[in-house]
Amino acid sequence: MELVFEIEGGDFTSAGNASSKIKKVLKQLNIDSKTIKRIVIAVYEAEVNIVAHAKKGILKASIGSHFIEVKLTDKGPGIEDVEKAMEAGFSTASKQVREMGFGAGMGLPNIKKNVDELDIISEMGKGTLVKFKNYF
Amino acid sequence: MKISDIQKLTEARIIAGDLLTEKNIKKAFSSDLMSDVLTLDEEDILLITGLANVQLLRTAEMADIHVVLLARNKKASPEMIQLAKENKIVLLETPFSIFRASGVLFSNGIKPVY
Ligand SMILES: Nc1ncnc2c1ncn2[C@@H]1O[C@H](COP(=O)(O)OP(=O)(O)O)[C@@H](O)[C@H]1O
Ligand SMILES: [Mg+2]
Repeated sequence: MELVFEIEGGDFTSAGNASSKIKKVLKQLNIDSKTIKRIVIAVYEAEVNIVAHAKKGILKASIGSHFIEVKLTDKGPGIEDVEKAMEAGFSTASKQVREMGFGAGMGLPNIKKNVDELDIISEMGKGTLVKFKNYF
Repeated sequence: MKISDIQKLTEARIIAGDLLTEKNIKKAFSSDLMSDVLTLDEEDILLITGLANVQLLRTAEMADIHVVLLARNKKASPEMIQLAKENKIVLLETPFSIFRASGVLFSNGIKPVY
């Protein structure tokens, strides 16, 4: 099954719409709730990152019988140093993002904690690809 | 603790959901930082917060939190109420500060997550 969502940079009211739909689909597949929680938290933090840091993006989720693969591709500033961005507490978030309850530099480390495989490829001035996979 | 007891102890108003929801809340977490809430390994806790926006409800949804207490008379928007209803989240508004609400519930037996 393939699910595709568009994500608008800056649109905080819609952040989480994709995660919410994905959660509903995973529930219908009767996947264990702890596993669902890990997946949707990763999807949600990745979605919020596009809203917070990029111009726009596309999220594609492929769900197989024993895995989910999520790819988020965005057009945006890119990440200068991915390793550094992965460190807890590193953040370039604006005041507005912090007022939304994010921007403490905890998103990427939490994505890493919750997924089985993670790849981040970024090009400065162009955008970022965040790809992860979870097995169930 | 029953949700109705949380409501009484914090003099809260119920904004969405059902007070009679059969839930026994054992633990609570107080935070305005949604990223922090998303790191918790426990479910079915009470979330006490001063952050009143749509992302609060999205965070609760993803983290499997079903009871949220808005402190210091922060008002839930219609979008927030809608999301709470959709996801069967009980949303309460208390005039108490986060500190006072946390203190009252703690002294009545609600345990901290950490
Ligand atoms: N999609 C993205 N596009 C550009 N920069 C990003 C993206 N995702 C993350 N970053 C960068 O990585 C940093 C750390 O991300 P994260 O751990 O999620 O923390 P936060 O979003 O709270 O700042 C961000 O502050 C930002 O500089
Ligand atoms: Mg982030």
